[in-house]
Amino acid sequence: MTSSIDESNKEKMRSVSVDLNHDASLLIDIPDALCERDKVKFTVHTKTTLSSFQKPDFSVPRQHEDFIWLHDTLVETEDYAGLIIPPAPPKPDFESPREKMHKLGEGEATMTKEEYTKMKQELEAEYLAVFKKTVQVHEVFLQRLSSHPFLSKDRNFQIFLEYDQDLTVRRKNAKEMFGGFFKNMVKSADEVLISGIKEVDDFFEQEKTFLLDYYSKIKDSTAKAEKMTRSHKNIADDYIHISATLSTLSADDTTANKKHLEKLADLFEKLRKVEGRVASDQELKLTELLRYYMRDIQAAKDLLYRRARALVDYENSNKALDKARLKSKDIPQAEQHQQQCLQKFDKLSDSGKKELTSFKGRRVVAFRKNLIEMAELEIKHAKNNVTLLQGCIDLLKSI
Amino acid sequence: MATSSERSPPPFPDSEDHDVLDSEEVGGRDSDEDDVGDELFTSAVNSPLTEHGSTPSPASQPSDVSMKPLRDILDDPLIEPLSSQTENKPTTEDASEPSDDFGNLTSNITDSPGDTAADATEIPLDKHADDFVDIFGVEAEAPRGKVVVADVTIETAAHKREAANDVTDPPGDRKTGSNDEEQEVKETSTDSIIDLSDDLPASDSQQPPPARDRFIDPLVNLLSDSPAASDAKIPSRATVDLFKDEGSDLFADPRQHKSAHQPQKSLLDEPDEDLFCESLWAASKKLVSKEPRGKPDATKAASNVSNTGGPLQEAADLFSQEAVTAVPGIKNASTVNSKTNGVHSEEEKEIFAEATVELSLDSPRDERRNDVSARPSASASALSAAASLAKSQSASLEELDEEEQEDKFEISISVKDPEKIGDGMNAYMAYKVTTQTQLAMFRYKTFTARRRFSDFLGLYEKLSEKHGPNGFIVPPPPEKSILGMTKVKVGKEDSSSADFVARRRAALERYLQRVVNHPSLLQDPDVREFLEREELPRAVGTQALSGAGFLKMINKATDAVSKMTIKMNESDVWFEEKLQEVESADQQFRKLHTLVESLVVHRKELSLNTASFAKSTAMLGSAEDNTALSRALSQLAEVEDKMEQLHQEQAANDTFSFAELIADYVRVVDHRMKAWQRWQDTQAALQKKKETEAKLLWANKPDKLQLAKEIAEWEVKVTQYERDFDKVSATVRKEVNRFDVRTLLFMHSRAQMKMTLMTDLYLLCDATERKGQELQKRDN
Repeated sequence: MTSSIDESNKEKMRSVSVDLNHDASLLIDIPDALCERDKVKFTVHTKTTLSSFQKPDFSVPRQHEDFIWLHDTLVETEDYAGLIIPPAPPKPDFESPREKMHKLGEGEATMTKEEYTKMKQELEAEYLAVFKKTVQVHEVFLQRLSSHPFLSKDRNFQIFLEYDQDLTVRRKNAKEMFGGFFKNMVKSADEVLISGIKEVDDFFEQEKTFLLDYYSKIKDSTAKAEKMTRSHKNIADDYIHISATLSTLSADDTTANKKHLEKLADLFEKLRKVEGRVASDQELKLTELLRYYMRDIQAAKDLLYRRARALVDYENSNKALDKARLKSKDIPQAEQHQQQCLQKFDKLSDSGKKELTSFKGRRVVAFRKNLIEMAELEIKHAKNNVTLLQGCIDLLKSI
Repeated sequence: MATSSERSPPPFPDSEDHDVLDSEEVGGRDSDEDDVGDELFTSAVNSPLTEHGSTPSPASQPSDVSMKPLRDILDDPLIEPLSSQTENKPTTEDASEPSDDFGNLTSNITDSPGDTAADATEIPLDKHADDFVDIFGVEAEAPRGKVVVADVTIETAAHKREAANDVTDPPGDRKTGSNDEEQEVKETSTDSIIDLSDDLPASDSQQPPPARDRFIDPLVNLLSDSPAASDAKIPSRATVDLFKDEGSDLFADPRQHKSAHQPQKSLLDEPDEDLFCESLWAASKKLVSKEPRGKPDATKAASNVSNTGGPLQEAADLFSQEAVTAVPGIKNASTVNSKTNGVHSEEEKEIFAEATVELSLDSPRDERRNDVSARPSASASALSAAASLAKSQSASLEELDEEEQEDKFEISISVKDPEKIGDGMNAYMAYKVTTQTQLAMFRYKTFTARRRFSDFLGLYEKLSEKHGPNGFIVPPPPEKSILGMTKVKVGKEDSSSADFVARRRAALERYLQRVVNHPSLLQDPDVREFLEREELPRAVGTQALSGAGFLKMINKATDAVSKMTIKMNESDVWFEEKLQEVESADQQFRKLHTLVESLVVHRKELSLNTASFAKSTAMLGSAEDNTALSRALSQLAEVEDKMEQLHQEQAANDTFSFAELIADYVRVVDHRMKAWQRWQDTQAALQKKKETEAKLLWANKPDKLQLAKEIAEWEVKVTQYERDFDKVSATVRKEVNRFDVRTLLFMHSRAQMKMTLMTDLYLLCDATERKGQELQKRDN
């Protein structure tokens, strides 16, 4: 199963989820991607005027794992603790369309040829949509990085863009995987512990409540929107079958009904297309938006966590300093440590505040854009539906 | 159904609740009338009043007065004609002893002020009326007595009076009579109508009703018998044209004379009270009466108000048709002009609305005709809004025309007031089945009976036993639901069980409607008993978990097996082909049915998901700290909420019309298979016997004589079954024909529905877009 995306489509879908003000100095896109078995190879194309790059225009092949590597290194970089690290793109998931395709193959006997072909087409379209989406999220990730004042300067990022060989990032081995899992556990436990700490800054206090609340809500919404989209899809699939059965009936029918049945079959076929479009547009504009921001909020929450962690560290260092003073031992050391913690905390707070504010603005802009687009598309589809039905009514009347 | 929607229904009213199966005309109209009926019964009584208040006029007084009786009658819905006025109606039964009855009538009616009487006498009654008067001379001063008598007795008097010994069921007589005369009537119908229209200037008020009735019946017969009812159409179209031309001319006059003068007098007088009582009473009946009555009556009503009997009840029809609007219109009229105007405009609107609805809903076959007839008549009736007889006649013809292919049974059934009886696991729900009918085969016009769910199932059992083998589609009752019922039994007042009961109530109503809409089933004594009898023997064997139920299951299984094993090894190619055709149709329809069911399931899912998404979006909106975005999100939630309702409606529509329709289709095909199987089985048996005979002959055994007898028996059986099969095939063909029309109608309705939905959706989307723009502005 190999597919690639053509340039024209890509233009439309670029930065659907995020509206990024491109800095002309560094433009990144993924013009092409190739899906081989489980791996997806993205062609990352960069256009730049920055002197830190050797060439102004270059393309490199990258895999999903490379993106993950890039994300992880960014997260682990101490200097970026005060930033919202753009969420890593989710792993390409071609399982569901593949599974469906498999199921379809099994059920081939129960369907007419026509029906089968249509179902297959539908699945292929779905597969392509998933594929496009995958490319898009990866692209967005890079664009987020490139538009960020600090992150775009990151050395690893530049390597990622420039190095024209396979990065051949070492896959995580079992131990590391487990380690990552363990780290996550620790982190969430830590989060719970830290949550008891009294917040010193109202802004962050508010932000934290908001983000926590918002995260749970948006998570819920995302799940619901996914379900809704799937239902639309199911209905579109039903239409295929109904249409096929109707046309079989009309083929058998010899009475005056034949024409009506034909028309009806035709109508359902068209309705199916519209419904399918509704489903895919909703998926792209709504679900994808929600999903992306769910991840983004998670990233913001991570930032808050890092800051809270720093705060706890600072308070601990204060305590340590007090203790040291009490014992009049290692005072300078403790003082220094306390100073460091304070500095780190202050830095984190500063950049965190900035990041969160800009995040808020970005979110509103993206929501607005997507919602408007979705509304427009829905209107378009509804109009289509009405025209179709009206046309069919007229046809049936004139028979 | 108790929507208090006024008479400006959306282009496609609640047809979704109504099965398309109910009538060819599509539930839309039915439900219209139901609406009206409900209104009349429930709240609408107030509406004329309120309208009055807003436009005070001399007429306001009478109408106020009229309110009381109205309400009385409504409260006590005519099971027994108690009040003096209603006494007039039961004439159906009374007709057996007309003199007695009319004695009563007159005695009662003497109360009713002479104004109407005077009015009526002023108008030269035609010969029928005279007849009538002669026969029941007593009421010379009480023409009102004729209200219904006119309808029933005059007809009988005119045609079959002597023969009408079996007076309890005069219409039945009339009907059979007309059946006999079918041919004749077919030919004469045109003439008679032309005559009528000629007579009209002479204010021949009595004749039309019988004539029309006569006309209706043959049409019914014609139409149900001959799939291509072209014969019938031609005359009727002719008449329509005729009326189109003459209608307006004729009625410039009548309008002023008949409908304006006298009605006004009477309207403003006390009789008015009676009038309205009756009209309401009749209106309730009108629910029952199906289309054919509708428009003609409505139009006729206005003119007839003062004229004579029949009209009164038709006046009621007017109200049901015109609902609230027309009534005040008439009542408020203080001058001829204002009155006609008022009615005119209202009716015009009304009729146009109807016309368009019909246009869109009618089957293509009717289409062309509609274009021809509906429009002119619409405009025509608009012209002579105050409704002249000819007018109404034309309207009625046109109605007939439109509904040719329809089952014309003036009956409507409502299932209401579910009530829990008993406690614990022995509890059951009883529903009030209210029947309102114009049909004379029923003893009363309106009656109710309490029935429990198993009674409905029992009815189905009986019917399918009796009629199933003949190839009739016996409408299926709603399926048993142990879970749902247990919930109702055990649970208190929780919403899911209430929902369950509500849904079941609606399903039962649809089921009964479908039964009575079937021309043959309606005649069934069991149906009548079910509707009329106070107490019904407890239906047995309907419990899901009983011995009988188990037996039934086994039977079903055997059926399924035998269906699989039907081997119609037929040498005849024609039969071979037929068989294949039937089989593949059966298969395809079954498949389609499953598909539609799954579509419904998915739609429900979608609606559920949309609902939860809407909720979740609302939450998200509340969590959002950007005010504009928050508002946008809550608006999105609202939109999604509405979408959810749309999806739900659509799902319901899909179930009730699409899926049910197909299920019915499947059932028909099934019957045919069974008949075929029976035939084939016997034939095979015969073959065997013959072989044995041959063997025995060859062996020269002595018992061959007996065998020969057996063979003869079998041969008889074979021929009989063959006839059976032919009969079933014919019926099925007929049913399928009925069906085709329905399918088409359904498609229209569905598409219409969908369009409405989509338009709604579009509006919603539009709102969303505006919201988006607003948001954009805000943000900028």
